[in-house]
Amino acid sequence: MRTMFEKVWADHVVTSLSADTDLVWIDRHFTHDLSGPFSMRSLEKRGLACRHPELTFALPDHGVSTSPARTDASTPASAKMLPVFRRTTSALGIRLFDLDDKYQGIVHVVGPELGLTLPGMFVVCGDSHTCTQGGVGAVAWGIGNTEVTQVLATQALNVQRPAPMLIRIDGELAAHVSAKDVILHLIARQGADGGSGHAIEYGGSTVRDMSVEARLTLCNLTAEFGAAMGLVAPDDATFSYLEDRPYSPTGSRWTAAVEYWRSLSSDADAMFARTIDVDATAVAPQVSWGTSPAHTIPVDGIVPDPADAPDSATARVWMAALAYMDLRPGQPIEGLPVQHVFIGSCTNSRLEDLESAAAVVRGARVADGVRAWVVPGSQSVKRQAERRGLDEVFTAAGFAWREPGCSMCMSMNGDIVPPGERSISTSNRNFVGRQGTAARTHLASPETAAASALTGTITDVRRVAGRTG
Amino acid sequence: MSGHAPLTRVSSRAMPLDIDSIDTDVITPMPRVMDGTYVEHAFEPLRFEDDGRPKPDDPFADARFTGAEILVTGANFGCGSSRETAVWAIKGMGYRVVIAESFGDIFSSNCFKNGVLALRLPRDDVRRLLAQAQSGEVVTIDLDDMLVTTSGGLSIPFQLPELRRTALREGLDDLDVTLRMADLIEDFAAEHLAQRPWVLPKADERHYQA
Repeated sequence: MRTMFEKVWADHVVTSLSADTDLVWIDRHFTHDLSGPFSMRSLEKRGLACRHPELTFALPDHGVSTSPARTDASTPASAKMLPVFRRTTSALGIRLFDLDDKYQGIVHVVGPELGLTLPGMFVVCGDSHTCTQGGVGAVAWGIGNTEVTQVLATQALNVQRPAPMLIRIDGELAAHVSAKDVILHLIARQGADGGSGHAIEYGGSTVRDMSVEARLTLCNLTAEFGAAMGLVAPDDATFSYLEDRPYSPTGSRWTAAVEYWRSLSSDADAMFARTIDVDATAVAPQVSWGTSPAHTIPVDGIVPDPADAPDSATARVWMAALAYMDLRPGQPIEGLPVQHVFIGSCTNSRLEDLESAAAVVRGARVADGVRAWVVPGSQSVKRQAERRGLDEVFTAAGFAWREPGCSMCMSMNGDIVPPGERSISTSNRNFVGRQGTAARTHLASPETAAASALTGTITDVRRVAGRTG
Repeated sequence: MSGHAPLTRVSSRAMPLDIDSIDTDVITPMPRVMDGTYVEHAFEPLRFEDDGRPKPDDPFADARFTGAEILVTGANFGCGSSRETAVWAIKGMGYRVVIAESFGDIFSSNCFKNGVLALRLPRDDVRRLLAQAQSGEVVTIDLDDMLVTTSGGLSIPFQLPELRRTALREGLDDLDVTLRMADLIEDFAAEHLAQRPWVLPKADERHYQA
């Protein structure tokens, strides 16, 4: 009779504080170079210790350079933040995967791939895309600096219980349509606040058939749907993904864990506060046109007209977005020239993302005048990709092959799109100024970004990738 | 100990910001987070051109709203990044209450952690409040009566989770409250971890040498 979310929640309630708010235990806390140092200094200022340093893991990702042979000094952000990050994590006894660590990478890529994040866990991080890690069946959500300090000091948080929502996705995805396209399609239809106040469970046959890496991408954009938490129930695919990861349990602990994890799935008669059905067979490759992830259309669609907006507030937002993006109503999105292509971020920087992009670019060339980058999500992803020769596929085509970090997703490290220039990006936010002041961002899947790099214009991958199937 | 100023009643003109989906990158752009000037430069893309000149339609330029302690705005306010600087900037500008049809979940939570009331009201009520704010009516939010009233005659009852209402009225700091429950938390942890030993991370050295 219970949803998975309700089962996992019940297992973490230390005490109930009111009808809708509980004090909950946190199994795992990740911290990065932007959110960590501030909260750790707050802790020091208040004279508090870190209560459970063994449950916190630190990774520099936001401000680090992605250049080969990078150091702290390579970016102003890392020169400022990394020495503090090192000092504070060391003082508190927190394991840091430093810039030169073989496991360094983007927090939300590294958590699941090291087996640090496991099904049924409560996972938090001072980062809105913590929901990504729900892809392995954890309840994972982003928190603010004040809450980070609270977790460091007590390993617990007072949280208002969100209502469970089911996004039921059924049907087979067409060729060259990915998890990224499915979630953008959902947000475009339901709005950027469609999930507000809810904890999302993604289910249905499409999700069951998705790889764990695709599920991580799906859960990543939960934040862009207005919700803090999104998850996929763990199944055999999850267990085989996690087995033998460096931090995964082994032996009898593994067996006991799997038995527990199997019990977490939502009961057949569980009640969700809301259910939304998505027909996966109707999803085409998606591209955003505006300044919200909800401003997304199929790649063969046209830029909408504010005259057709559902209300005047939306019409005004669309007009501002059109002006910022330098687009006009009725214009096809396909064929729009781009100067920058970014394949990376906690949305789309895992091995499968890079493989799908490499399949499109293999043997071809990046168009003249286009700066195309691949930024693997972690050192582990980078090593695996290099073992498969993907780095050579990309560099032979004219892509830059970079070191792991958040990079052009939020540009804190200086990896920016210059004012007025246009990028197609596999990241998750096309907000005003997100990739740099006056930068124009189009969100898309790795395959669509790769195809666009080859033509120098936003391109329907289904046209150019016929030979790869 | 570091509580917040108690909030029981706020009465002032209300700054109308009738734009949907203002994200936290707009409230505090990353360059301003990094250089520490996020209060002075809050809402920078709405107020300044890319070359730094003030925008002719800067919504914050209207002197009637100087000193306003209430911000009334569009749906999905504070969506996007979890950066708490967005709340610190709004608080630094003098706002103690933000009213919208909906909020980004993390932003809303961050508001309450900082003693700022993020008040969700039905769309029609927000539209009416925006109109009254625009005409310069005084808006009053009362946490005793749980009412929003205006000098223009509006009266809108609202609800708030009891815990959040108490925390705002008493200026409670969540960390202080949680610290007092440390023994309870540790008792829970002992049992929770005994039942789920895999939660305690143990690196497998074989993999480290691989």
